[in-house]
Amino acid sequence: MFFLSIFLPLLSFFICVSLKDFFKSQQLSFISCSLLFMASVCSLLSLIGLKIEEEKVIILGNWISSGSLDLNWAIQLNLLTGSMVLMVNFVSTLIHIYSVGYMNKDPKNILFMGYIGLFTFFMLFLVSSSNLVQLFLGWEGVGLTSYLLIGFWNYKDSANKAALKAFIANRVGDFGLLLALFSIFIIFGTLNINEIMVLVNSHVDTYFEFLGARIHAITLICILLFVGCMGKSAQFGLHVWLPDAMEGPTPVSALIHAATMVTAGVFLLIIMSPLLEASSFSRDFILIIGSITCLFASSVAIFQNDIKRIIAYSTCSQLGYMFMAIGASAYSAAYFHLLSHAFFKALLFLGAGCVIHSMSDEQNIKKMGGLFNKIPLTYFTMLIGSFSLLGLPFFSGYYSKDIIIELLYLSESKFSFYFFLASVLGVLFTSIYSVRLLIYVFHGKSNSDEKVIAHIHESPMIMIIPLVILSSFAVFFGMFSQSFFFGSDHLDNWSQLMHINKKVDEFYIYENVPTLFRKLPLIMIVIGSSMCFLLYFSFRKSVLPFFKVNFSWIFSFFKNKWYIDELYEKLILRPTIYLGKGFWKSIDKDLIDNLGPDGISRVIQSFSLVVSRLQSGYLYHYVLSVVIGLTLLISLYNYIF
Amino acid sequence: MLNLPILPILICLPLLGLLFILLSPDNDDFAEQAKRSALWTSVSNFLLSLYLPLNFDKSIPHFQFVNSFDWFNSENLKFSLGIDGISMPFIILSTFLILICIIYLYPQKKKSMRMYLASFILLESFLIGTFSAIDLFSFYIFFESILIPMYIIIGFWGGERRIYSAYKFFLYTLLGSVLMLVAIIFLYQEFGTTSIPRLLDYSLPFYIQVWLWLAFFSSFAVKIPMWPFHTWLPDAHVEAPTEGSVILAGILLKLGGYGFIRFNLSILPDASIFFTPFIYFLSVIAIVYTSFIALVQEDMKKLIAYSSVAHMGFVTLGIFSANMQGLQGAIIQMISHGIISGALFFSIGSIYNRYKTKEIDFFSGLGNKMPKFSVFFLIFSLGSIGFPGTSGFVGEYLTLMSVFSKNTLVAFLSATGVILAAAYMLLLYKKVFLGEVNTNTEKQSSRLNIQENTTFAVLVLIIFIIGIKPNLILDYTSTSLERIIELYPISIF
Repeated sequence: MFFLSIFLPLLSFFICVSLKDFFKSQQLSFISCSLLFMASVCSLLSLIGLKIEEEKVIILGNWISSGSLDLNWAIQLNLLTGSMVLMVNFVSTLIHIYSVGYMNKDPKNILFMGYIGLFTFFMLFLVSSSNLVQLFLGWEGVGLTSYLLIGFWNYKDSANKAALKAFIANRVGDFGLLLALFSIFIIFGTLNINEIMVLVNSHVDTYFEFLGARIHAITLICILLFVGCMGKSAQFGLHVWLPDAMEGPTPVSALIHAATMVTAGVFLLIIMSPLLEASSFSRDFILIIGSITCLFASSVAIFQNDIKRIIAYSTCSQLGYMFMAIGASAYSAAYFHLLSHAFFKALLFLGAGCVIHSMSDEQNIKKMGGLFNKIPLTYFTMLIGSFSLLGLPFFSGYYSKDIIIELLYLSESKFSFYFFLASVLGVLFTSIYSVRLLIYVFHGKSNSDEKVIAHIHESPMIMIIPLVILSSFAVFFGMFSQSFFFGSDHLDNWSQLMHINKKVDEFYIYENVPTLFRKLPLIMIVIGSSMCFLLYFSFRKSVLPFFKVNFSWIFSFFKNKWYIDELYEKLILRPTIYLGKGFWKSIDKDLIDNLGPDGISRVIQSFSLVVSRLQSGYLYHYVLSVVIGLTLLISLYNYIF
Repeated sequence: MLNLPILPILICLPLLGLLFILLSPDNDDFAEQAKRSALWTSVSNFLLSLYLPLNFDKSIPHFQFVNSFDWFNSENLKFSLGIDGISMPFIILSTFLILICIIYLYPQKKKSMRMYLASFILLESFLIGTFSAIDLFSFYIFFESILIPMYIIIGFWGGERRIYSAYKFFLYTLLGSVLMLVAIIFLYQEFGTTSIPRLLDYSLPFYIQVWLWLAFFSSFAVKIPMWPFHTWLPDAHVEAPTEGSVILAGILLKLGGYGFIRFNLSILPDASIFFTPFIYFLSVIAIVYTSFIALVQEDMKKLIAYSSVAHMGFVTLGIFSANMQGLQGAIIQMISHGIISGALFFSIGSIYNRYKTKEIDFFSGLGNKMPKFSVFFLIFSLGSIGFPGTSGFVGEYLTLMSVFSKNTLVAFLSATGVILAAAYMLLLYKKVFLGEVNTNTEKQSSRLNIQENTTFAVLVLIIFIIGIKPNLILDYTSTSLERIIELYPISIF
């Protein structure tokens, strides 16, 4: 059953790719959607059939056995992987259905369905694998499909560039992950996840020689793992690919760059949580990077005008929250936020897709406006999504995000209060950009052409239904499952699968966080949104232009995303090209070839030229050389004897 | 088990086919006949070579299928053949790639096709001979004979600067080999035998090992090629005809790696340990340096050629870390690179046949003109960058892991090759296949023919089979490698 839930999407890929010339696109879309639906049902059933604390490992065959390395193809089912598989399959099914409508007019729509099927398979494979190398396969696989899908409209040069950028930034992360796998194998002697967990305690004090320095082994592993996660989950430093990835079709952004792939890094750290617990330095490191990402992305989001980029930066900052939770040892909170974020962020992206669809492919929010009564269903669902993202009470995001903020306050880190403040500041930024987005898109006067306005229409039902389903999750998921994650009687279930601080349950949080601090996020939301309302409604004419004129450097700093792309271009891209050309032209051609084969042949040539010149044909030349030769020989003879 | 003298048959069968090919008149009208003989020869030789894995006893570390012939009427200098788990995969690779070359060549027209085919069939015989020789002297003869058909292939059917490239190729490899000949003669003088199995039992004093090691190294380092002896390779590849490049990258480079395992590591272990840091140094440079160069190439074939140098860097790293994962990784990496680089050269050949250019900037949006082909090319590129699930991953992973256990700095630096490889291969893919169709690319339009389709499909299949089930090859090699590792002194690097 569990096997089916993972391999049905792969089947969908093969069917779509191989039969696309033989069947109509509608039939194939139907087949692929129903396969995904079946996969979701299978994963639901296998999760229901799973007893709490039970774990099943299905071995499919052996992969690499070399010396002491023995890897199997195996998938494992437990509460964590099962629920993740269910979420991925569920969101993917909805997005498959949505894509049928969204990609309706695209000639390559079946290929698109195939690709997202393949993506789903790789993601499921990543999540359910029982050893880290197999996980690495899924990890690279989702990177590949993301590459294919970002560059799906490959007649656009920007899309191709973005795809390449995404793949290479991800590869930088994979480089870290690869080194992490090596060090894990050297230190633990195995790559099987469960076996590593058993062995953690016996290696707490192991040190390891890395690049000439003696480093605490587990800290090294954790940092390297986190480098991998930084690439995949777009953390500060390796985040540059995520906003550009919005060149892909919108369903892709919803599925890959919001709900599933980018959260793979969080998932990996969650299953590796016992390792992280053995290294406080790496947790601090994660906290720092997570909080920087959170603030950076949410501050940049305020100044962007592309609707999808705003949501992309928002994703980036929410991932920052998840990593902060991990740094604060609140793994179940990170997982909870991962799931609820998947729902409301997919919802936001799909809603944005509907907006773009109705605005005839316009993505600039400055050119929208006044859409709320023209596409009411989309407006309503987007509103729900934004509320959930903000964390208004009783929406999913409220439960999952607030608990992270509270746990940050309680974390053991020395600077926990500063991280707490950073996260609260993040909430302020979040509320500003969300409200700004809503105001620009749905309210105020319309700023677009009449042609576009005349064409505005609500999206077809096939696109609206997934939105409605997702919004119901964005509202109710947090409310109903919070106790499942944090209720004191459920903590035991999770502690089998990840590190759980059993002390921290609902009551503990309630008692130890001061009321003011618990209410602080809410206060921030109120401040942020009222600021937005004032700026964009009451003082739109006076204050905003004033700021833009007098503080233009601030605007351009944020608009240009802290100039990080430019920095990379100057520091990495250009030197690489120079280096390549330099190596090629000056070392390969001028040095090695010149001194090597060409040089030798030149020497031989000129030598033979000299020798041949001696044969001049004049008698007195020969006589002279005979005389010189004889003199030399005789003097040599005298010298020796 | 039938006691078939399988190895002599494998070597002689191509010679028989050669006779048939040469018997047909040298005339374009009879090219078909020559092609048919070549095809039959290579098919039957490939099928025959499958006899080896089917009857191979995996539990024996020693040489199997041994045949010895008197040569100089000397007890100690015999012409002997035999294989173990290390050489077996390479023999299959040779027969397979030659077969694929002939199939790919089938629909094409070339000047004096008869001789072209004959060179490949001759090459096949020599290659099998090299991999199955277990006597230093016969090894040397086969090893050097390979140069002749290859020299002719590049020099006669090559591109514009073919003469320069062919000379460069020939002189480079010959110079290296001369020193190897000296070493072989020295070994014969010293021990009175050139039989490899017997040499394995002797141990030499360290200072002699060092000199012998350098002599062997000079030959194999040029062949594989290691930095800074690599400059013949890009030139040879650019000028060589498609099939020549395939064989050159697919099998000839592997002679270097095979030689390292067979001679430097097995017979001269102490010197190998002494030189390990030196090898690491050269390999890391090879990987990083050539990857940078590959990034800025303007010619597709040159790019793949430079990437080959980088991939062979992983092989040398794996071999000289001298543990099970390293050696098995190196062997898988060689086999996989044989398949993948062969596939990439075939692909570039297909492009060249249509557009008569290999310049990267010439193209744009080829994927729209040839969608199926672009998928094949993408899969080959993924194999080349070591995407998990393809054969390229297994080799890279195992070699890097074994190096990591010996020296983290070396592993760290060479793992950057993983990023760079992705950059240059996908950049190539982007420039050639993606984007809008430009006027140059628009001009030609022809679908892949049946032979091309079969070639590519088979290669894709093999890339995935090895990637998903590398144990199919690894199982054969493990006992033979265990013996080498047991004899190998414990290294500190």
